[in-house]
Amino acid sequence: MDFAIPNYQVAIPEMFILAMACIILLVDLFLTERTRSVTYLLSQSALLGAAVLTLTTFSEGSQLAFSDTFVRDAKGDVLKAFIYLSTFMVFLYARSYLQVRNLFKGEFYVLGLFAVLGMMVMVSAHNLLTVYLGLELLSLALYAMVALQRDSIFASEAAMKYFILGALASGMLLYGMSMLYGASGSLDLSEISRQITTNQMSLVTVFALVFIVVGVAFKLGAVPFHMWVPDVYQGAPTAVTLFIASAPKIAAFAMMIRLLVDGLSGLQSHWQDMLIILSVLSLAVGNLFAIAQTNIKRMLAYSTISHMGFLMLGVLTGSSEGYAAAMFYTISYTLMSLAAFGMVVLLSRTGFEAERIDDFKGLNERSPWFALVMMFVMFSMAGVPVFLGFWAKLFVLKELVHAGMTWLAIVAVIFSVIGVFYYLRIIKLMYFDKAEDKSPIEKNLDLHFALSLNGVGILAMGILPGSLMALCISVFV
Amino acid sequence: MGFEQIVFYVFSATLLFAGTMVITVRNPVHAAMFLVLAFFSSSALWLLLEAEFLAIVLVLVYVGAVMVLFLFVVMMLDINLIPLREGFMRYLPVGVMIALVVIAMMAYVVGSEFSGHSIPARHGADYNNIAELGRILYTDYVYPFELAAVILLVAIIAAISLTLRRRPMVKHQDPDAQVKVKKEDRLRVVKMDAEKNN
Repeated sequence: MDFAIPNYQVAIPEMFILAMACIILLVDLFLTERTRSVTYLLSQSALLGAAVLTLTTFSEGSQLAFSDTFVRDAKGDVLKAFIYLSTFMVFLYARSYLQVRNLFKGEFYVLGLFAVLGMMVMVSAHNLLTVYLGLELLSLALYAMVALQRDSIFASEAAMKYFILGALASGMLLYGMSMLYGASGSLDLSEISRQITTNQMSLVTVFALVFIVVGVAFKLGAVPFHMWVPDVYQGAPTAVTLFIASAPKIAAFAMMIRLLVDGLSGLQSHWQDMLIILSVLSLAVGNLFAIAQTNIKRMLAYSTISHMGFLMLGVLTGSSEGYAAAMFYTISYTLMSLAAFGMVVLLSRTGFEAERIDDFKGLNERSPWFALVMMFVMFSMAGVPVFLGFWAKLFVLKELVHAGMTWLAIVAVIFSVIGVFYYLRIIKLMYFDKAEDKSPIEKNLDLHFALSLNGVGILAMGILPGSLMALCISVFV
Repeated sequence: MGFEQIVFYVFSATLLFAGTMVITVRNPVHAAMFLVLAFFSSSALWLLLEAEFLAIVLVLVYVGAVMVLFLFVVMMLDINLIPLREGFMRYLPVGVMIALVVIAMMAYVVGSEFSGHSIPARHGADYNNIAELGRILYTDYVYPFELAAVILLVAIIAAISLTLRRRPMVKHQDPDAQVKVKKEDRLRVVKMDAEKNN
C-alpha cells in the first residue's frame, strides 16, 4: 500500500485550535461559576498561541498538503492572523456583557473556537469539499451561539431565521459545487480551474457558477440575499452580533477568493456581471434602508450590507490589485465593526441594552472620551479622510477606475455620500443632544482599554495606511 | 439458471413484496416492520453486487438505528392513520405523474450511462471494498474526514448546550439513593400492645 505521511506541519495552527477547543471543553466541566474565568483565559491563550504558530511558520509561496485539499499561502496566513485578532477582541469585549446576562458559559468560548477553526479551514481550502466543510463548521457554531440566550424570544427567532436561511444557502452552494464536479470531474480547485481554461466550458459550469455566487452572496449578506442580516444582528445577544459581524466576514471574503479567483477564474467575465448587480443593489439597499432605522444594531446591519457591496466592487475588478483592495476593505471593515458593536456593548449594562440610536444621545456629557472614539468609528465607516475607512474606499475606487469601470465608481461614491447621513446623525446625537440617561458608564478596565485602542488604531492606521496596504498587495502579487 | 440468479430473484421478490406491504398495510407498526424487511433484502442485493460496505451500512444504520427510532416514534405518538388515508383517489393523478417522471429520468440516466459502457470487470475473491474505502478515507480524504468529525462534535455540543437545563422543581429518581436505601429508612416498627379482646 502506497501511503505517504501528509505534511502535518503546515496545518499546525488548525490542529492547535482544535486541540485547545477540546481541552477547554473538558476543563470547563470541572469549573465552578466563580472560576469560569479560567475558560476565558484559556480561550484567549489558544488564540494567541495559534497566532504565534501561524506567524512563526509563515513562509512565502504556497504549500499544498493532505492530498491537495489544504493550502497554506501568504494571503491565507494574513487573513488568519486577522481572524485571531478580531476573535480575541470579541472575547475581550463580550466578557462583562456575558457575565451580567448569565451567558458567561464555557459553550460560548468553545463554540467560538470551533467557529475560528471553521474559518481557518475556509481560508486554507483548496478543494470544494474543504470549502463546504469549513463553512458548515463555522455556520453550525454560529447558529448555536445566536440561540445561546434561550429565554429570549428575539434570540430564538433570530437563530431560527439564521439557521433556515443559512441551510438554504449551503444547499445552493452545494448544488453549484455538485454541478461543477459533474462538469469537471474533480473537486480540486486548481484542477477545476485548469479544466475550465483548457476545455471549452459548457453551459453547466456557468449554471454551477450562478449557484456558487448565490451561496457566497448569502453568506456575505449581499442584496437580494440579505434578509437575514438585520434580523439576526438585532435578535442575537450583542456579544454574538459582535462576533458574527467581524471575523466571519474575513472568512466569507476568503471563500469568495478561493472559489471565484482560484477555482473559477476562467469564468471571470460571467461572475463579474453577477457581482456588479449584487454590489450595486447592496450599496443602494444598505445605505437607503439604514437611514430609516431606529435600532443601532439594525442600522449597523444595513451598513454592513452596503460595506459588503463595496467589498465586492474590489473583487469584481478581476485584477490582483483589486483583490488586494477588497482584502484591505475587509480587514478595515472588521476593525470598524468591532469598535462599533463594542460601543453598543459598552453602553449596555445589567438589565439594559443600548440598542436604540437614542441611547447615544448626549454621550459627550457622560463620557467625552468614548464619544470621541465613537466619532472616530463613525467617521471611518462614512469614509471621511484620514480615517482607515477612507483609504479602504479610495483603494477600491482607484482599482475600479483603473479597470475601466468609472460609472460603477461614481455609483459607489453617490451611495456612500447618502450613507454619510446616518453615520453623522449618530455624531450629532452624541454631541448636540441632551442625554436622556445621565448614569455614568460602568467601570471596566480591559474593555475600556481595548476599545480605546481599537478607536485610536482606526485613526492611526488611517494616518499611516501604507504598511497594511503594502501587506495586502504583497500577498496577491 | 445459476444459484446467483435464484438468490437474486428470491430477494428481489421479497423486496417488492415488502415495499408493497409498507404502503398498503393499515397498522403503522407492521408497515415499519415491512420496511425493515425491505432494507434487509436490498442489503442482500448489495452483497450480491459485491458491495459489502453498502450492505453492512444499510443493515447497521437503517435497520439498526433509523428504523428503531422510527418505531419508537410510531409507538409513542399513536397516530390515527385513517384521516391520512382519505383522498387516495384525489392524489392518485399527481402520484402517477411523479412516478412517470421518475421512471423517465431513470430510463434516461440508465440508458445513456450503459449504452456506451460495458459492465465493470469483477474483482477477485480477495478484493475487499471496505478496505479500499477505508484506505481512501484515511489517506487521501483524511482532512475532510476529520473535519466532518469535528462538525459532528460541534453539533453535539450545540444540542446539549441548547437543551440541557437544570430544573430544580422537577421530581426525578435517584438510582444511587434508591440502591443505598436501608430497611430502617423506610420501615418503622411500632411496638403496640395487643388489643384486648373481651
